[in-house]
Amino acid sequence: MMDASAGYVTEDGRQIGGVLMEMKNITLRFGGVVAIKDISFDIREGEIRAIIGPNGAGKSSMLNIISGFYTPSEGGVWYKGAPRPPMRPYEVARMGVARTFQNIALFEGMTVLDNVMTGRLTHMHSGIASQALWWGKARAEEVANREKVEEIIDFLEIQAIRKTPVGRLPYGLKKRVELARALAAEPSILLLDEPMAGMNVEEKEDMSRFILDVNDEFGTTIALIEHDMGVVMDLSDRVVVMDYGKKIGDGTPDEVRNNQDVIDAYLGVQH
Amino acid sequence: MDFLNSLLVQPFADMFAAPDFLMQVLWEGLVSGILYALIALGFVLIFRSSRIFNFAQGIMVVFAALTLVGFHEMGVPAWISVILSLGVMFVLAVSIERVVLRPLVGQPDIILFMATIGITLFLIGFGELIFGGENKIMITEELGIPTGEFIFEPFGGFLLLEQKDVTAVVVAAVLVIALLAFLNKTRMGRAIRALGDDHQAALSVGISLQTIWVLVWFIAGIIALVTGIAWGARAGVSFALEVIAYKALPVLMLGGLESITGAIIGGLMIGLMEKLFEIYWGQPLLGGNTETWFAFVLALIVLLFRPQGLFGERIIERV
Ligand SMILES: Nc1ncnc2c1ncn2[C@@H]1O[C@H](COP(=O)(O)OP(=O)(O)OP(=O)(O)O)[C@@H](O)[C@H]1O
Ligand SMILES: [Mg+2]
Repeated sequence: MMDASAGYVTEDGRQIGGVLMEMKNITLRFGGVVAIKDISFDIREGEIRAIIGPNGAGKSSMLNIISGFYTPSEGGVWYKGAPRPPMRPYEVARMGVARTFQNIALFEGMTVLDNVMTGRLTHMHSGIASQALWWGKARAEEVANREKVEEIIDFLEIQAIRKTPVGRLPYGLKKRVELARALAAEPSILLLDEPMAGMNVEEKEDMSRFILDVNDEFGTTIALIEHDMGVVMDLSDRVVVMDYGKKIGDGTPDEVRNNQDVIDAYLGVQH
Repeated sequence: MDFLNSLLVQPFADMFAAPDFLMQVLWEGLVSGILYALIALGFVLIFRSSRIFNFAQGIMVVFAALTLVGFHEMGVPAWISVILSLGVMFVLAVSIERVVLRPLVGQPDIILFMATIGITLFLIGFGELIFGGENKIMITEELGIPTGEFIFEPFGGFLLLEQKDVTAVVVAAVLVIALLAFLNKTRMGRAIRALGDDHQAALSVGISLQTIWVLVWFIAGIIALVTGIAWGARAGVSFALEVIAYKALPVLMLGGLESITGAIIGGLMIGLMEKLFEIYWGQPLLGGNTETWFAFVLALIVLLFRPQGLFGERIIERV
């Protein structure tokens, strides 16, 4: 079913493409602590890929490697079949990788609109002088960027808080604004670190729906970390399971659910 | 009784009796105030984007002014000297980012602060080596800055505005407005504001720390040059000029380290209030020379009541 080049068709009939990004033999050490031990997995074009595992398993570290915030001690990231050279986070972002953070990283002093607008920075190209003087090209670019941003704001249903400073928003809405900012970049891969953590049931349902819609409407490839197993099983096409820095399972939700190592890891840990 | 009178009544009676003189005092205050505001703005930009309290801002004013005069002494035409000096400030910004900031990224704030003291000492030494230690005269006329005066007769009185001060105020105001437009309207400006708010988030939307740092240090350099020209035109160019940068400290205490509006209003307030105090209270009651300390005392009093400064952005605890 999972031929490396051709991709596969999901249960709900979506066509998943070839391998977009591949993590090859990644090891990450912090001094004596080994956060990730020799992990390999891939992410295919158009799929929703979940990374799960108990606390401290190394999930966020993996996401940080993909987004360039951490540099692996060994192994590397391959993008569209070629090894990606060591890159700083901003370079990875400019390549089309957008992300959210486990602890929410927003520009608290700016409005929702301005926050989402920063997501467009990678799409702004006109020079400083023309921008400062509001010349033709800069103006057209700004208008186009604004349209895109408004579209995303509508999409995520946050029109009502467009002008609100982010610092004043409740947690659940902040998470949504962070998603909006990441989407504004029109990323080819979207990385979400626990997008539903700390949300109530209703907020979780909304967020799940948004994630599915993003994947469906924009065709965005998504890798997400999530603790809520129900959510993971519903959302994801394939799941990587990590425990103590090692990969202990990889496959469809059903395969993973029936994997004895995974069952053991989860039985031993309280969530 | 007598004392209370001269503290609470007489100054206002004097102001009322000679409104033209009051206007003169306010004007002088405004001129220094706008320059304080400009320097404070340099501090705020650097602080917001890198959490560094830039101790070197003052010496950059001197260094920029010396460079300008130095080029002109070598026979370079005045305006070309300005452009070359801007080039030097750019090279300085790039060097500081490369040699000082980049290796120290992630270090505690105090280490970075110490590094800016290092930059200060280096610039003093380097400046003296190249330009010598003696006072120089700003090339005011060569730059085409008018040196005459405007005379008005408000309320049948007398008000004298030196044209070079008027020029300084206009140029500083234009620079402030341009900076605000830059910060609010352009991609780079947005990036600077973003970086000040949250480094991680800024990186995740594709902002390069290095580029922004070079940019803000260069802007601080431009501000230093403009301030150096304006202040140098009034007081000559020497290492003593550095002290006006220390006036930015109380401005920052008042305005808050992160607020751009705070820097501007704080600068104008300090400039105006220290002048008013000196003329109407300082000279009659305290024998004058209060301008050296008044701003600091004022700032300390404000801090007692509002630790985040008058306009400090509200501190929101992260969860
Ligand atoms: N910057 C860092 N410096 C030192 N150690 C780190 C760093 N980041 C992560 N670690 C360590 O790496 C290990 C994995 O952490 P990571 O945050 O990746 O786990 P996680 O799976 O995301 O856990 P959680 O579910 O709690 O978010 C932990 O032991 C953690 O302490
Ligand atoms: Mg985590």
